[in-house]
Amino acid sequence: MSSMFTLPSSPPGSPHLELAPITHRIREHIVNMCAGPEGGHVGGSMSLVEILATLYFRVMFVDPRFPGLPERDILLLSKGHGGIGLYATLCEAGFFPERELADYGREGSHFMAHPHPEVPGVEMPSGSLGHGLAIGIGCALAARLEQAPRRTFVVLGDGELQEGSVWEAAAVAASQRLDGLVAIVDRNRLQITGETDEVCNLEPLADRWRAFGWRVHEVDGHDVDELTEVLTAPPDPGTPTVLIAHTVKGKGLPFVEGQPRSHYARLGERQHRQALAALRASVRKARR
Amino acid sequence: MTTPASAPPSSRDVYRDIVTELLPADQRLVCLDSDTGLFNGVDWGTAADRYLNIGIAEHTLMGAAAGLAKQGRVPFVNTMAAFAASRAVEAVKIDIALSNLPVRIAATHSGVSAGHLGPTHHALEDLAAMRALPNMTVVVPADAASADELIRQAMALPGPVYLRLGRGATPDLPAGPPIELGRAQVLREGADITLAACGAYPVLAALEAAELLGRDGIEAGVLHVHTVKPLDTPALAAAASRTGTVVTVEEHWHAGGFGAAVAESLTGLLPVLVHRVAMPDAFVPVSGGQRYLLEQAGITGAAVADRARLALDKA
Repeated sequence: MSSMFTLPSSPPGSPHLELAPITHRIREHIVNMCAGPEGGHVGGSMSLVEILATLYFRVMFVDPRFPGLPERDILLLSKGHGGIGLYATLCEAGFFPERELADYGREGSHFMAHPHPEVPGVEMPSGSLGHGLAIGIGCALAARLEQAPRRTFVVLGDGELQEGSVWEAAAVAASQRLDGLVAIVDRNRLQITGETDEVCNLEPLADRWRAFGWRVHEVDGHDVDELTEVLTAPPDPGTPTVLIAHTVKGKGLPFVEGQPRSHYARLGERQHRQALAALRASVRKARR
Repeated sequence: MTTPASAPPSSRDVYRDIVTELLPADQRLVCLDSDTGLFNGVDWGTAADRYLNIGIAEHTLMGAAAGLAKQGRVPFVNTMAAFAASRAVEAVKIDIALSNLPVRIAATHSGVSAGHLGPTHHALEDLAAMRALPNMTVVVPADAASADELIRQAMALPGPVYLRLGRGATPDLPAGPPIELGRAQVLREGADITLAACGAYPVLAALEAAELLGRDGIEAGVLHVHTVKPLDTPALAAAASRTGTVVTVEEHWHAGGFGAAVAESLTGLLPVLVHRVAMPDAFVPVSGGQRYLLEQAGITGAAVADRARLALDKA
């Protein structure tokens, strides 16, 4: 396929692209989807926004005109409940028109709460937790076999790290010396029933990853410049990289921020208006 | 059941030899092993980077295979059936079957072929699990020759394949018509009753039962059904409509296995009696080799013949 088309010389974005307008629109899309008939995973999608925007607009080589381009970098959203965050980002990156987001949650639509590959830009189905890192190993192995510079990014939820399969894959990835593999943990510290470390302790999280043979970076998951710097840094030869991205669940919506109840919500008309107003107010505040 | 003078290779060995042969010749192929030791001593030559032993990690084995397949590779993965179809079944379902990826899952030690290793290593539920999955092709070779044919034919399939392989060598089947994936092989014609069998010793038991029944003047047809999904319903229906009665034989629990597949496929198509010989609904509590355990479970020529007579009300 690649030989038939002229490839873009750079990804849709660039390492210096201003992301604030984009992250704002992504958040608006998420809120709008949560006001749809089924509601959505608002908290874990809002916490992901800067991570996904940085990847799609500053870091990854992808071409929305050709979602299956062999040379593309791969993003696997292992925390499938961030699906609406991914849809919103893919939409902004140009994988499909904005009007399609309105189908989310409606009968007959491919836009389900958890991502399905029928949606352009979605690489693999996800939703059952603890699968993404193993698939990422396969993608990274394939790139290595081809001696291709492609990279594989796997976004994990922190609650998801309670699945043993994540650590099975973590050990294999390090043993296979997959430096083309980057895991990003959305460390928002909350799961459905409360704080991750109270439900099932994850700390010392950075040391755990180090013990499994990974290079670890701890970053502010809402700081796109910090994310960009780490995600564009050259790999440590023979070592996979993990970013523990500290985030806030429900980021941008003061009435659910940092609360477990942000996990899933259907926003009624009043809450929808309130949410959009809150997002716009935060933009105004940031401009001042 | 007779034991030949020189032991044929096991279906597991056949699989190993095919992968060893094909990997250097086809750049798309990748072999992911899970510390089984099956490929110990193999010289991969220029394909060495495409053989990867990832360790005792069956979920990761399936997920990694899915990632490779997603990127255009055709992965072989191998582990014991008990782990491929139980421990890793969710990864097979979501990572491989849902995306219809061309992963070839070689599940060794199937049925009770792990013998004295015990119930943890027996796989008597794998057909139920694997044939329930959309997009999955389920293949059960019954001897070395059929393994060789079926594994090679399966290479052409665009989606995932579950290859149910044994542990040790099993006797060769008598010569029959050419083996064709998806088509039941007619090993013996018979107008009175149809014996449809799946797997090495079940097919041998069916053949032996047909001999025993023949002595009583009962003509039993024997179908070797090596492809459980998609099932050759036309062949089964044709045989069943001629004989009116089918006895299935398999090395699997009754629930959801080959006999269940046959019963499901024929129900509603034609009025036919389907009797099922399968492993009892119990974990195998004793030590023993594959043949011993099958004999204990009533998967023998004599037992199948008895069941056929009962089915024909000629007991």
